[in-house]
Amino acid sequence: MAVSDSAAKEIQAPDEQSEAIRVTDLHKSFGSLEVLKGVSLTAHKGDVVAIIGGSGSGKSTFLRCINFLETPTSGQIVVNGEEILMRADGTPVKRRQIERVRTRLGMVFQAFNLWTHRTLLENVIEVPIHVLKVPRAEAIEKAKILLDRVGLGDKADTFPSYLSGGQQQRAAIARALAVDPSVMLFDEPTSALDPELVGEVLTVIRDLAAEGRTMLLVTHEMKFAREVATHVVYLFEGCIEEQGPPAELFGNPKSARLQQFLQTVG
Amino acid sequence: MELILETLGLARSAELLALNPPGWGGNLLRGLANSLQIAFGAFGFGLVIGLFGASGKLYGGVVVRDLLAIYTTVIRAVPELVLILILYYVGTDLINQVSQAMGYGRVEISGVVAGIWVLGIVQGAYATEVLRGAIQAVPKGQIEAARAYGMPPTMIMRRVTIPAMMSFATPGLANLWLIATKDTALLAIVGFSELTLETRQAAASTRAYFTFFLAAGALYMMVTLFSGAIFARIEKWARRGQPSLRGTSK
Ligand SMILES: Nc1ncnc2c1ncn2[C@@H]1O[C@H](COP(=O)(O)OP(=O)(O)OP(=O)(O)O)[C@@H](O)[C@H]1O
Ligand SMILES: [Mg+2]
Repeated sequence: MAVSDSAAKEIQAPDEQSEAIRVTDLHKSFGSLEVLKGVSLTAHKGDVVAIIGGSGSGKSTFLRCINFLETPTSGQIVVNGEEILMRADGTPVKRRQIERVRTRLGMVFQAFNLWTHRTLLENVIEVPIHVLKVPRAEAIEKAKILLDRVGLGDKADTFPSYLSGGQQQRAAIARALAVDPSVMLFDEPTSALDPELVGEVLTVIRDLAAEGRTMLLVTHEMKFAREVATHVVYLFEGCIEEQGPPAELFGNPKSARLQQFLQTVG
Repeated sequence: MELILETLGLARSAELLALNPPGWGGNLLRGLANSLQIAFGAFGFGLVIGLFGASGKLYGGVVVRDLLAIYTTVIRAVPELVLILILYYVGTDLINQVSQAMGYGRVEISGVVAGIWVLGIVQGAYATEVLRGAIQAVPKGQIEAARAYGMPPTMIMRRVTIPAMMSFATPGLANLWLIATKDTALLAIVGFSELTLETRQAAASTRAYFTFFLAAGALYMMVTLFSGAIFARIEKWARRGQPSLRGTSK
């Protein structure tokens, strides 16, 4: 097993080895509504890809297809060099494979989605203990470090509903970090927050970007995207209208639609 | 003590209710124990049916959903007394036919097992609806988060859905439990010696109807009060993490 594993790695081109996520020609329809019309995107390790676009352009759907929370209609998704096997109709061939890949993708939701019947600490240790089978003591120790890191060390035994949105979202980020994700998926992590709470969450994400975490970040915070992203993708009606380095995309947008979009969001 | 009873004219009642013969108190308590045993078994059996029933209704295929719809509709439409008669006689008859066809003689079916099976099926129909509602009340995002972190379906059920739905389910389940304790009285009709039948026998032999039915009523009442206290604790536990509607000041 070990032999074939290393053999497989050697065969991969160096370029492929540094790929965290490769999505090729992704299509997704809800009934007759085609939401994604062939999106391709590659994120290398250490990349921070910001995905921007108007409401309904398919940003969330794109992110949710990557971990199969939505079933793609067609296309190819490769995570860490492992292709997710799909049937012709887009459903995964092996549930186990999806579940394994999902543990590598730490997702942070717009609405936090913490488990309300568990304390912050319990939320953070849940997946390591039950899915990844990490020994309890080890999981707790790590969870405490992570909660400290997002500034919630003193709230470990508090239930989520007693906390502010910003605190809940930081806890949700700690939960994502607890699985040691190779890629983090953020779906508008600050959109549900009061304006004065946005900053504290962005600070945490900025730190993660600075330490070289690979992330896909759907956001409406253009200033933030420009600051932390290494690559920006502009989605328009299910297609990538324009992409490139943030300075290019924000400083010198080529497509008229992007120009107009940037004007309306300020 | 005896003087007080005497003056109140309750001396004879106390005698009748004594735990040892010639008193009938022991019989009543044995009946109560039987009733509780059946109620407990039926409630548990009903919960298991309800959990599968609710999952089937929510996540099952068309056939499963239709069958479950028939089950819950029929059981909830027919009076329980009729159901008990049907399930009891049909059930025991079927078992006997099968056992005779296979060359065994008639089987003696224990009253407790029959009672649990009959009431459990009735409870299961209601539990299916209670649990289905509770599962649907769980915020979708919590289950989605579990999926996004690679939990397999059974683990999601065990670690997220069931704990999260408990606060929505406990009031309904508490009702079901109380109904279970009282429905055991209906089993008197098939001759099972639970509390009501024991009471009737005691009353008939002594002609002290008032005393015995009052005593039985008091026993049922105690079960209810005690259950209420237990369920209040369960509900408090199930609602952990949810700020009280009254606010924290109480
Ligand atoms: N489960 C679903 N069933 C049917 N249509 C859906 C579903 N989810 C999303 N859609 C539709 O797909 C389109 C894209 O939705 P999506 O949530 O991906 O947009 P978005 O870019 O994330 O928008 P927003 O900025 O508002 O979050 C929308 O028209 C939406 O109505
Ligand atoms: Mg969205």
